[in-house]
Parts: sequence; structure tokens; C-alpha cells
Amino acid sequence: MDKLYSMWVSEGGSDMTGYIKHHLHHLEVKVGDGAFWTIHLDSVIFKFAMIAIFLGLFVKVARGATSGVPGKLQCAIEMIVEFVDGLVKETFHGHSKLIAPLAITIFGMVFLMNFMDMVPVDLLPAAAHAGGVEYLRVVPTADLNTTLGMALCVFLLIQYMGIQHKGVGGFFSEFFTAPFGPKGAPANLLLRLIEEAVRPVSLSLRLFGNMYAGELIFVLIAVMTLGASLSSFSFWALAPVQLLSGFVWTVFHILVITLQAFIFMMLTIVYLSMAAEHH
Amino acid sequence: MNINLTLVIQGLAFFATAWLVMKFGWPYIIRAIEERQKKIADGLAAAEEGKKALASASEKQDQVIREARGEAAGIRDRAEKEYASILDKAKADAIAEGNRQKAIAIAEIETAAHRAREELAHKVAELAVKGAERLIRKEIDAKAHKQLLDDLISEIAR
Repeated sequence: MDKLYSMWVSEGGSDMTGYIKHHLHHLEVKVGDGAFWTIHLDSVIFKFAMIAIFLGLFVKVARGATSGVPGKLQCAIEMIVEFVDGLVKETFHGHSKLIAPLAITIFGMVFLMNFMDMVPVDLLPAAAHAGGVEYLRVVPTADLNTTLGMALCVFLLIQYMGIQHKGVGGFFSEFFTAPFGPKGAPANLLLRLIEEAVRPVSLSLRLFGNMYAGELIFVLIAVMTLGASLSSFSFWALAPVQLLSGFVWTVFHILVITLQAFIFMMLTIVYLSMAAEHH
Repeated sequence: MNINLTLVIQGLAFFATAWLVMKFGWPYIIRAIEERQKKIADGLAAAEEGKKALASASEKQDQVIREARGEAAGIRDRAEKEYASILDKAKADAIAEGNRQKAIAIAEIETAAHRAREELAHKVAELAVKGAERLIRKEIDAKAHKQLLDDLISEIAR
């Protein structure tokens, strides 16, 4: 154990802050001048890995989908599909080819990315470190870039949905006429702009905050026995506590990651439905 | 938490994934589900129909059996009547035949008796004639007294 932790400890001055800081540092690649031209390579890689798993499973089942007796995998996917389809039909009363596939993509992707939090917090970073990679964060949804990127996509789709269902004129006139009528045009516009701006921010920050906090708590649980030698009293005192709290938090986190994936999906469905409805 | 190019990449990747799901995943699975739902609904409807058909068939079967039973009873009645009538006719025939035979026999007997009586009368007449001949050999000529003898014979034969 001493050995495993020594590599983190050597980074910062103090053991704990160094360990935590190291864990919260992205694997960055600079592609140009300025702070913006940086890529969090770890987030991108793990997101693409999750996309590969999700698409691989989903498209494989879709290609072999039979209306006869389904296999177990097809059954499992169909259960989720029917669940999402039911939610969409319940919420959105029009016909849209876009909403349901988008919703299941969000649910599947966010759940898989969140699920990376279930992997022991030191496992992949340690493996990467052994392979010469200095920093690694494995949960893409604990990176604001990932969640905001998705939320902005949803934001654009909300606007697209509005224009599609109301026409350009109807869509833009609604900025000034709803909800207070034409007389309250400035107030309407202000309210609308705030509303539209708040949605992607709240959507992305909710998921990001939950996952970041979850990851941080896993790190803090790991810190309990950080650097303690096997012969010391503190190790034997804290190890059971660490084991128990780690277990409890993992179990609880299964709920959190599923719930957050569901919330992101559900809010997207609701937002898109609202955008399609006339006020 | 710095916002950087990662955001664009993640956004585009997400968008592309959603598009792929919409294009190559979702419709196939939904179609399979809906087809299966239709199959199940059709199957249930067919089962219901089959049940109804079974009920009507058994009803028809009952009716056919009832009809057949009635017909069989009718046939039996007719056969019994015919049997009785044949029996009666045979009995009547037999009785008539018997009567006829009896009548013939009686007639024969009567004829025989008659004949025997006639014969007896002839013989008696002959005997009488012979007796008389002996008594009055010369006086009585059988030819001359034929009328008398015939009258006598017929009287005896009566």
C-alpha cells in the first residue's frame, strides 16, 4: 500500500492535498494558444469508449431485432426502450422521430459514463500511471465540459424543435408575447432569455455537481488510510471504517448515477415537449 | 473547472451518437416491439375467435345429435308399426288360409259322406230289389219299375 500511494504523495507538498489535487487533474493536451484550446483527453477517451459500448450493444440488438421470441439481451434493451418510449409518449403529445432516440441516448450514455465512478477510484489512474500517463480522470460526467456539451446540444435541439413546430415567425413572436401577452413585450423577452439560458446551465451543473461530488467522496474515502504503514495503529483503526464507508457510498452511488441519468433524460424530454407546445 | 475545446468535442460526439441511434437503432427495435405486440394481439383475438367457434360448433353438434335422436326414434316407431302390421297381416292370412283349408276339408268330407250315403242307398236299393226279386221273381221287371226304384233310392239317400 505504501508503494501504491507513494506516487501520488511525491507530487504535492502535503500527502492529502497532493493526492486529491492529483486525482482532480485532467489529462490535458494543448492544441493551441490560450486556455480554450485544451482538450481533456481522458474525458474524450472515456466518453468515446462509452459511446462504443452503448452503440455497439444498441445497434447490434437493433440489427438482429426480431418480432418473434427475443433473446435475453434484446429483452433487456427492449425493456429500456419501452420504458423510455412510454415516458416520451406520456409527456410529448405530438409525433417526433427525434425525442425518443435522443432520450435513450442520453440515458444510456450518461448512465454508462456515471458508471465509471463505480470502478475503484485508484485502479485506472494507477494503471495509467504505471503505463507512463501522469493524470487520469475516468468519469467523463465529472467534467463540466462533457455535461455542458450535452446540455448545449439539448439547448440547440430545443430551439430547433420550437422553430419546427411553430415556424420561424411563431417561434420568434413568442419571445415577445408569452407569457404576459403583447403588452408586456420587454418583460416577456427578459423572462424568456433567462429561462433559455438557465436550462442548459442547470441541466449540466446538476449532473456535473453530483458526479464531481461523488468522485470526490470516493477520493476522500481513499484518503483515510493514505500513506499509513501497515504497522501503525491508525491504519488498523481506519481500515474498517474505510471499507464500510466505501461500501455504503458505492451502494448509494448506484442510485445516484441511475437517478442523475434519468433526470437528465426526463428534463430533456420535458424541455423538448414544452418547446413544441404553443403557449 | 475550465471550459475548453473538450466541450465542443463532447457535444459533437453526443450529437453524432444520438443521430446514429435515431438512424440505425431505435426504429428497428421499436418496429420489432410493435410487430410483436401486434402478433400477440392477433393471437389473443384468434384464440377468442377459436373459443367462440368451438362454442358454436358444440352447440351445432348438440343440435345435430338431438335431430338424429329424433329421427332415430321416428324410424323405430315406423318400424315397430310396420312390424305389427306385418304380423297382423300374417296372422289374418294364416287364419284365412286355415279357414279355407277347413272349408275345403269339410266340403270333401261332406262330398264323401254324401257319396257314401248314395252308395249305401244304391246298395240298399239293390238289396231290396234282390230281396224283392227273390220274392216276386217274375213280377218285377227292373226296367219296368226303374222309376219306382229311383224314387226309392233318392228317398234313402236323403
